[in-house]
Amino acid sequence: MIYSIVQTAIILSTALFIFSLHWMKDPKTARRGVFAGIAAMTVAIISTMIDPAIINWDYISIAIVLGFVVGIPLSKVPLTAVPQRTALSHAFGGLAAGLVGTAKYYLWLSEGVEQLTTFRMVAIIVEIILGFLTFTGSLMAAGKLQEVKWIPQRPVVYKGQNFINLGLLGIAIVGGLLLVVSPAEYSYLFPGIIVLALLFGILLIIPIGGADMPTVISLLNAYAGLAAVAMGFVLDNKLLVTAGALDGSSGLILSLIMCRAMNRSFTNVLFGGFGQVKAAAADAEQRTAKTETAEGAAEILEQASKVVIIPGYGMAVAQAQYRIRELYDLLTKAGVEVVFAIHPVAGRMPGHMNVLLAEAKIPYEQLIEMDDINSDMPQVDVVIVVGANDVVNPAARHDKTSPIYGMPIIDADKAKMCFAIKRSMNPGFAGIENELYFAEHTFMLFGDAKAVIGDLVKQLSGSGGGH
Amino acid sequence: MTLKKIFYTISAVMLTYGSAFAESKEVATPDYFGLFFVFMLASFIGLGVITRVSRLLHTPLMSLTNAISAIAVVGSIILTGHDYPDYINILGGIALFASMTNIVSGFMITDRMLKMFKSKETKKS
Repeated sequence: MIYSIVQTAIILSTALFIFSLHWMKDPKTARRGVFAGIAAMTVAIISTMIDPAIINWDYISIAIVLGFVVGIPLSKVPLTAVPQRTALSHAFGGLAAGLVGTAKYYLWLSEGVEQLTTFRMVAIIVEIILGFLTFTGSLMAAGKLQEVKWIPQRPVVYKGQNFINLGLLGIAIVGGLLLVVSPAEYSYLFPGIIVLALLFGILLIIPIGGADMPTVISLLNAYAGLAAVAMGFVLDNKLLVTAGALDGSSGLILSLIMCRAMNRSFTNVLFGGFGQVKAAAADAEQRTAKTETAEGAAEILEQASKVVIIPGYGMAVAQAQYRIRELYDLLTKAGVEVVFAIHPVAGRMPGHMNVLLAEAKIPYEQLIEMDDINSDMPQVDVVIVVGANDVVNPAARHDKTSPIYGMPIIDADKAKMCFAIKRSMNPGFAGIENELYFAEHTFMLFGDAKAVIGDLVKQLSGSGGGH
Repeated sequence: MTLKKIFYTISAVMLTYGSAFAESKEVATPDYFGLFFVFMLASFIGLGVITRVSRLLHTPLMSLTNAISAIAVVGSIILTGHDYPDYINILGGIALFASMTNIVSGFMITDRMLKMFKSKETKKS
């Protein structure tokens, strides 16, 4: 009887999970997706709990209450901190998988070694390696994103790094194979594999810089999903396999999109080290960029008929999105068409800019993907670049020596005029000089993004109604 | 549109059929091929569904799938709840705590973000 209920519940909640993701195809139906997800999870949890063999209700309730105590504050973080929160929850996912694998191994070992069949042992090894490396890797990523003091922000690269990393993973896999061959005899290797996986996770993230975070977060997402799949194999549970596969494919697709948007491969992101870009900018002759005042820029904006705003991570850092919203309102009211051009890797995780602009109440129809806006660029009167850098660097199109050569960019230089808001002329995160700033139609607005846009808003509202 | 619907229906039917088939007889040894079968189908459905997700929603998508992969809660409950040695229960309890955190925060923050996506028509002018 219970068997049938559990199996029906598994089918039901699998279907609900699929619908949940299906509804994410459109912002109009997306919230339904969350409810379907919650329903599926509730069905899964209740069907697990009706098993009469579950007796330790005290442990279960303590863990669930603690989960709520930590989970609710984690869901209330400011949206600029969403990448960290996401990385942190990948870490929790990895930890859960790793611990379940560990517990299962020791449980079966104590029940009798014949329980540890080859199949189970392989699944356990995969589960703990994936789980624990996701755990520390995601913690490191979260620390870097949160800019925790004792975690280096800049990529740390040293000689033989890839060799050491892959060597560690290799040792862990060899140890795993020994355990598969003889689960009891080599049981002392088990904690060693855990330690190696934990270490490997840390070393994997150390060489990765902020600009690569969108890819890395997506990749860790895929790992967390695959760890859940492995857990499904260990526990012989189809629901874990399906839900984990859904999570894994989401991480995989997002990583692919991110890699394509940077014209790089997985291996290049993980083993390349974006920070080791040579200071090639040194030989460039001293060029000067033209500057513009807020008054002048406001006047030009008022005359424009189409304005495109290109946001980048700098907008999030300066918390400029609400000022941008005021600018958007003023210009729209004056009859200017304003849209936002979003590069897939702008920000620190996939879709980061969209969420920040949506929070500032910009209608989502105005958020346009890079591929859809580039053909319109020559018709655009004014482009405003807010805190974006590499994603608008024309060098990516023609300069074969540039480290970002081949990366798809938003063609800000093709617009009739371009305003770039920047603190100073220092090259951006990747240390690459941006040709856009020296282009004929580009004018710099120096200052903090929030303050500069505030000035523009002041100018525009001051002369309001004149035109 | 209808084609898409047919695709999903067939996929869902196949998946549930696969699950039912794999579990049709209660056997002592787990049906490994059934598990791989389910894994294969679920991956294809995942790839199909996720490629259609609006690019606007990639951040909420990640927090949603995060919550979904916290289905590990099922395994954690089993390990915590059964009459196993204490250290197994405790390992399971920590895993249960981690999964529960992901479920709660994942669904809540996804909904919070999705609420912010307003279209032009719905916003008051």
